[in-house]
Amino acid sequence: MLKIETTKETNYHLIQLIGEVDASNSVELDEAIVDLIEQEAKNILIDGTQLDYISSAGLGVFMSYIEDFEEKNITLVIFGLNEKVFQVFKILGLDHLINIKSKKIEAVQEIE
Amino acid sequence: MKHELKLYCDTTRLSDLRIFLSEILQNTSLSEIEQHQVTLAVDEVCANLIIHSHGCNGEEFIQIGVEKDAGLLKIEIRDSGEGFNITEYREPEINHVKKAKRKGGLGIILVKKIMDKIEFETSGKQNTCRLFKNLKSK
Repeated sequence: MLKIETTKETNYHLIQLIGEVDASNSVELDEAIVDLIEQEAKNILIDGTQLDYISSAGLGVFMSYIEDFEEKNITLVIFGLNEKVFQVFKILGLDHLINIKSKKIEAVQEIE
Repeated sequence: MKHELKLYCDTTRLSDLRIFLSEILQNTSLSEIEQHQVTLAVDEVCANLIIHSHGCNGEEFIQIGVEKDAGLLKIEIRDSGEGFNITEYREPEINHVKKAKRKGGLGIILVKKIMDKIEFETSGKQNTCRLFKNLKSK
């Protein structure tokens, strides 16, 4: 099960991922990001504190926007990943391609 | 002891697979992080089969067998139909995946990095993919 909650804060949009992202629901994550691009979001924070699991389907969503976001100057920061989930990003070296912070406060500092 | 699961080819069933695996893996010497990763590797192989070999046809199924034997965890994934030989598949470079803006291609990289040995075999219509993970002695 995956629940996605998007909220608009003063300087950024926050996507909260609750539960598990796999091949059955990664399209929902994609839609949430597309939605923010359409709203011309410049700063996107992904709250991973309640993300229990992510498979390559979900990781692929993040990967597919890296280049676009660089071109459009959109900042994406993921924060709060638990150790198990963070290790999965690390296996693929995504910790070098995506800005990942442990705490929300650090993620917010990235966009200020 | 051998544990078996019949998994119907519907991606929403992948969560059942993960519950099945986590219950078995809890009773091994694998750390929590390793248990999580082995579960992920099996999820990746099965998700590929469900989507690419079976076109998400919920009437077809895959069989998963898990066995612990002499310091080795063996996971056998059997299906019939068009086989996918994971050992012959040349996975893309991460940077290529990024540049191509593709959403796929990462799963097999994960499987190969997580598991210690992978075998694939086709006999008639039956395909078998075996994933192995070394278990430390307790």
